[in-house]
Amino acid sequence: MKASEIQALLDEPACDHNHKEKSGCARPKPGATAGGCSFDGAQIALLPIADVAHIVHGPIACAGSSWDNRGTRSSGPTLFRIGMTTDLSETDVVMGRGEKRLFHAIRQAIDSYAPAAVFVYNTCVTALIGDDVDAVCRAATEHWGVPVVPVDAAGFYGTKNLGNRLAGEAMFKHVIGTREPAPPPPRSDGRPTWDINLIGEYNIAGEFWHVAPLFDELGLRILCTLSGDSRFAEVQTMHRARVNMVVCAKALLNVARKMQQNFGIPFFEGSFYGVADMSAALRDFARLIGDPDLAARTEVVIAREEARSHAALEPWRERLAGKRVLLYTGGVKSWSIVSALQDLGMKVVATGTKKSTEEDKARIRELMGDETKMIDDGSPKALLSTYREYKADILIAGGRNLYTALKARIPFLDINQEREFGYAGYDGMVELARQLALSMESPVWEAVRRPAPWAAQQGPGSVLTA
Amino acid sequence: MAEIIHSKKALAVNPLKVSQPVGASLAFLGLAKSLPLMHGSQGCTAFGKVFFVRHFREPIPLQTTAMDQVSTIMGADDNIIEALRTLSDKSKPDIIGLVTTGLSETQGTDIHRAVKDFRAQYPQFAEVGVVAVNTPDYLGCLESGYALAIEAIVNTLVPETQCAGRRPKQVNVLASAMLTPGDIEAIRDWVEAFGLRAVILPDLGDSLDGHLVEAEYSALTLGGTPRVEIAAMGESTATLVLGPSLAKAADLLKAKTGVPDFRFAGLMGLDDCDAFTQALAEISGQPVPAKVERHRAQLQDAMVDSHFMLGFARIALAADPDLLGMQARFLAGMGAEVVAAVAPHRHESLAALPLARVLVGDLEDMELAARASDAQLVIANSHAAGSAARLGVPLLRAGFPQYDLVGGYARTWVGYRGSRQALFDIANLMLGQHHELEAFHSIYRTGVSVGHPDVRTPPAAGLVH
Repeated sequence: MKASEIQALLDEPACDHNHKEKSGCARPKPGATAGGCSFDGAQIALLPIADVAHIVHGPIACAGSSWDNRGTRSSGPTLFRIGMTTDLSETDVVMGRGEKRLFHAIRQAIDSYAPAAVFVYNTCVTALIGDDVDAVCRAATEHWGVPVVPVDAAGFYGTKNLGNRLAGEAMFKHVIGTREPAPPPPRSDGRPTWDINLIGEYNIAGEFWHVAPLFDELGLRILCTLSGDSRFAEVQTMHRARVNMVVCAKALLNVARKMQQNFGIPFFEGSFYGVADMSAALRDFARLIGDPDLAARTEVVIAREEARSHAALEPWRERLAGKRVLLYTGGVKSWSIVSALQDLGMKVVATGTKKSTEEDKARIRELMGDETKMIDDGSPKALLSTYREYKADILIAGGRNLYTALKARIPFLDINQEREFGYAGYDGMVELARQLALSMESPVWEAVRRPAPWAAQQGPGSVLTA
Repeated sequence: MAEIIHSKKALAVNPLKVSQPVGASLAFLGLAKSLPLMHGSQGCTAFGKVFFVRHFREPIPLQTTAMDQVSTIMGADDNIIEALRTLSDKSKPDIIGLVTTGLSETQGTDIHRAVKDFRAQYPQFAEVGVVAVNTPDYLGCLESGYALAIEAIVNTLVPETQCAGRRPKQVNVLASAMLTPGDIEAIRDWVEAFGLRAVILPDLGDSLDGHLVEAEYSALTLGGTPRVEIAAMGESTATLVLGPSLAKAADLLKAKTGVPDFRFAGLMGLDDCDAFTQALAEISGQPVPAKVERHRAQLQDAMVDSHFMLGFARIALAADPDLLGMQARFLAGMGAEVVAAVAPHRHESLAALPLARVLVGDLEDMELAARASDAQLVIANSHAAGSAARLGVPLLRAGFPQYDLVGGYARTWVGYRGSRQALFDIANLMLGQHHELEAFHSIYRTGVSVGHPDVRTPPAAGLVH
C-alpha cells in the first residue's frame, strides 16, 4: 500500500470533524500507546462475514494471539471462527517463500473448507518483505475459480480505525457490485419490499437479532449487513440498495460515501441503542425511501414497540433512575449509548472525548448538559480519579478497562466487541438495564470494600505513584 | 521414544501456537515492578494484552514502541530509546523487558545497541534494569519465547559470583511456562515445608494469582520476583529447574554462579513428585514432613480409585512441549493411551516421551488424529473447544489461553494434591460420557414393554469400565 493511498483514506470528506483542525490520527507515541493496529481493525470489520475463509498471511503472532476472540455471531456457517494463518517460518521470511506458501495455503483452505471466498490479510512482516499479496490472490482466483480478496492492512500502516477503512476499501474495490441480488420473494401481505444495507453493524452477541424482525415486518430487506452475520454473496450485492445506514461508528463511513458517489445510494448515520435512537433509525429509513404507506406503518410499529419496551423497562427504571454513569467509549459514538442511558433515567456525569471535535463536544453538551465532564485522558488512573470526583455509580467502557475497574472495586459494564450480551433494539434495552443493575446492585462491592474485622486499616482508595 | 512428525500443510488451521513475544512478555510479568515492552507495531502489544487479560482476568501492564510506516522503513531504534525513556520517567519500573517481534526482527533491529544508546543518553535512569531479548514470532512458540526471556534475565541481572551456598536455606527455582500461578504457589509451599526459602524465577504465583490489593491501579506488575532476589540467586544452595525448556537458562545460571542444580521434566504423578520431594529432603537435610507423606498417600489412593476410568482411556493432547511432556508421562503412568499428541514447535525433549509419535502442528492436526483414533477426551487450551465439540468428547482445559473458563490460571496441576485433583477431574469426565450397553430385545420376548430405557442412577465410581 502506498503512503499516498493511506493518506487519502485518512482524509474522509464525509467526516464532520474533518473540517476542523484535527485531521486523521496522531502518530502513536512509543511507550505511551494503547489500542490495536490496522490489521486488527481490518479483521474486526470483515471477520463476521461467516462463509469466508479468513487467512492471516504472516508469522504466528498476528493470528495466534487473536483468532476466535470476537463476540460476533452467525446464524449459519461458522467458517469464520476457524483460525487460519500461513504461520511463516524464519526460512519462509529469509528465502522469500511467503508468496508460494500463501498460494498453497489458499488452495488448502478451498480444498478443505469449500469457502464462498477467501480473504487474505496482509501483516507487518509480509508487507515489509514485499510479498505481492494482490498478485497471489489474482492468480489463485484464476486458478481455482473462487474469489480470493486481498486485504492490505498491515499493522504498521496505522491505527485500528484506519484498518476498518482499509477493509471497507477492499470490499468496495473487489467485492461490492460483483453480483446482482435475486428479486425479493413476494410477501404474503402483498406489500412492497425495499432493499437496504447496514454498514458497521457487527451483530455482537447476536444483538441484531433483537432488531431484525422489525425490518422483515416493515418490508425492508437487508441486502447485506457489513458485516455482522453476513455472507460473501450478500456483500457482492450491496450496490443495489435503496438506502444505506451507517451504524454507530464512523469507521466504515468511506464505504457509504463511495456508494453514494458511485451508485447514488443515500445514507444516514444512526444507532440501534436506546429507544429513541432505535425509533429514529426506523423513521430515517422510511423518510429516505419516501413511501407514505411505509412511513405510516413505521409509526405504528414504533408506537407499539415503544409502548411494549416502556412497560418492560418500568421496573428497571425505578431501580436505575438517578444513578450516575462514567462513560468512556474511546472511538465509539458515545451518544448512542448516552441516549439509551437517559431512556433509563440515568445521568451521564462524564464521557470520553479523546477523538471528538468541537462539534461533537457541542452535541454532547446539548445532550447531557453543561456540567458533564469531558475526559481527554483515557488512562486507567484518569478514569478512576474522575469516577471518584464525580461520584459515579458505574463505569461503562471497553473490555480493556474491565479489570481496571474491578481492581478498584467499582461496578462495570463492558460495551466492546468481545462482550457476551446484546443491547441493541427495543428488547436489548431490557438486557442493558438488567446488566447495569446486576453490577451496581451486587453485594460484592460492599464486601470487598470492608476491611478485615481484625485490621484497623484504611479503606482502599489510594492510587500508587508508580 | 517418540517419532516426531512435522505437519506438511501450507496453512495452519486453528493454530495451537502462541508467539514468542507473548511468551517472553509472560516471563517478565512474573518479575516485581516490571513492565514488558514489545518492539513492534502497536497491534503486537494490543493483541498480547487482550490475550493475557482474557486468560488471567487481570489488568496487564504491557507497552509498545509503536512502530509506524516511517519508523518501519527508516529505522526504529529511536522508538526504543524514546519508549524506554518515557516508561522510566513515568512508571519508574525496576525492570523493563524489551522484547522484539516479527516486524522489528524482519526490519533488522539491534536492540542491544539501542539499549546501550539509551544508557549513554539517559544516565539518570541507570537504576532501571533493561533486559533485552530477541524473540521473532517466525520461530518457536510461547514456551521458547518465555525460555529465551529467562536466559536473558539470568544473563543481565545475575552477576557472576563464586559464593554458592552462602545462604544455606535459599534455593532457586527456575519455573517453565507450563506452570500456572496456582502451580507456583504449591511449589513454594512444598519447598517451605522443608524449611527452605525459594527464589522463584519468574514468580507468576505472586504477580498473576489474581488478588485484590489496596492500591487501585498500577502501571507495573504487582508482585513477582524482586530484582534484588534475582541478583542474589548466586548465593543459593541449589537450583531446582522445572521444565526441559529451561535447560539452557539453567546451564547459564550454573556457569555464572556455580550453584548445583536438580532438573525435573515435570511435577505431575507419583514419580515426578517423589523425585522432587527426595531432592528437597537431600538439600535441606530434613526428613520428609508428615503432611507431605499424607498427601503422597492420598495421591496413591486416588490412583487406585481412578485407574478404572483412566486405564486404556484414549486421550488427545495438544500443548507446548513442556506441558505436553508432563501430561503425557502423567497419563502414561496411569495406564491411559495418549492417542494424539500435538506440539506447536519442536523441542528435543519430545523425542524422549513414552509415545509412539508426536505431531508438530495445529489443532486441526490434533482433531484429525483424535478422530482417527477415536479419542475419548481432549486436553488442550480453550481454542480446542470447537474441536472437542466436533469430536463429541469433553475438553479438559490446560495451557494458554483459557478464556472461557474462570480460574483456569489458578488451577494447581503439580504436586501430590494437584495430581490427585487432575485424576479426579479426568475420571469424572470419563464417567460423564460412559455409555450404557444398548439393550437387546429378543424376538421371542413378546408382550414386554420396550418403550423406555431404564432410568438408573449413575453407577458408583470404580464400578465402571
